[in-house]
Amino acid sequence: MIQQKIREKAKELLSKKEVDLVIGFVKGTLPLRTTPRFIRNPEKTDRLIWNPFCENNLATYLHKFRQFKVGLVVKGCDARSITALFLEKRFKPNQLFLMGVPCQRMVDRRKVEKAVPGEILHAHEQEDLIIVEGDDFEKALKRDDFLYPSCQACTHRNPINVDVLLGDPVEEFPLTEIHPEVKEFEKKSPEERWNFFEKESGRCIRCYACREVCPMCYCAECFVDSSNPKWIERGLSPSDLQFYHMVRAYHQTGRCTGCGACERACPMEIRLTYLTQKLNQDVKELFAFEAGIDPDTPPPLSAFEIEDRQEFIK
Amino acid sequence: MEANWEPKILAFLCNWCSYAGADLAGTSRIQYPTNIRVIRVPCSGRINPLFILKALQSGIDGVLVSGCHPGDCHYISGNYIGRRKSATLKRFLEYLGIEEGRVQFSWVSAAEGGKFSQVVNEVTQGIKRLGPSRRFGKRSDEFRVQSSE
Repeated sequence: MIQQKIREKAKELLSKKEVDLVIGFVKGTLPLRTTPRFIRNPEKTDRLIWNPFCENNLATYLHKFRQFKVGLVVKGCDARSITALFLEKRFKPNQLFLMGVPCQRMVDRRKVEKAVPGEILHAHEQEDLIIVEGDDFEKALKRDDFLYPSCQACTHRNPINVDVLLGDPVEEFPLTEIHPEVKEFEKKSPEERWNFFEKESGRCIRCYACREVCPMCYCAECFVDSSNPKWIERGLSPSDLQFYHMVRAYHQTGRCTGCGACERACPMEIRLTYLTQKLNQDVKELFAFEAGIDPDTPPPLSAFEIEDRQEFIK
Repeated sequence: MEANWEPKILAFLCNWCSYAGADLAGTSRIQYPTNIRVIRVPCSGRINPLFILKALQSGIDGVLVSGCHPGDCHYISGNYIGRRKSATLKRFLEYLGIEEGRVQFSWVSAAEGGKFSQVVNEVTQGIKRLGPSRRFGKRSDEFRVQSSE
């Protein structure tokens, strides 16, 4: 069982002092939640768990531990984030030990909450079902009907460039030319698209949870905090909210692995991955580049080809 | 929209080619629409996409970015980098719903005074057809679409 393998490997790494700490998931305080845990004591590794609620991208914590050797539990998307960070020289080689876990895809806790008639008190996985219990109800939901949007379209469930794979590889869905959600969105008229974006970004409260949870957002001074030049103000003017989301997405061009952590962290449930997936798709189409796959190809916006496409230039 | 509305268009011109080309258009007394305001940058690769977004947010109706032809960049490869940024930004803005034609790009060399005026003509006509920029501007907070909640 994957959970047992994670515990054993973490204990081995800490006992042999191959790493200074292990970052993994333990049971959360609420049902349907897990919480990241930073373990330094090999005896405490029996708390580590693995289930379809392990939704965080743990790579985001690595920026706080740059001087340590760290062991990390990674899904397919997380492992690609780490490769993308290596490309940006955020870590030295051999500083990390990656425990890759083939991902059964993560359950959307918000969808589950909406599908039951009361407060959820317990939830657990049972084969391909999620059993949800409340005071006066118990429901069995099919896990695959309640996945996050980012997980539904995932084509990289098996982690690559990892030190060990703790589980049998799972079947990957075929790579599609165009991301299905992006394809649907592009069918709308410009006005419909703008109205959707305006409505989504209009709920933003500028808590920056999306920024904090993203492994690729690690700038010492974020553009929102810059006062010279001052790009946007701190208030909730709709125009500034739009600017924030446009730019945060655009700063991920060629770097985002589509993990969806931003969307999951948002307290206002704003749709975010439909923006970054469009950029990922364009980067693939224009420059034949996908973030986090090859640790040797330079990032697309730092490189060029003489023959890059320019049909849009007069 | 008033009948006498004239668009305000910002043109980011690279110092070595496009700005010189614009200058040549001027000394040759070639007429072109006066809707454009020029900002001189050292290279088209200097353009931070945030410049374009800030312009649109400030009420500018259209943006033109112009640089040296591929292979002729004064800094060797700046325009190649700028080309990649321009491609991704243009597609992203159109995906968001900003009308196609608000942000345009061109290669104009220092000898192409005629081409510069032609480009400015085309861009201005296009933006006149699109109308004032109502999406994403600070002042468009007044024109905000009432979403049904």
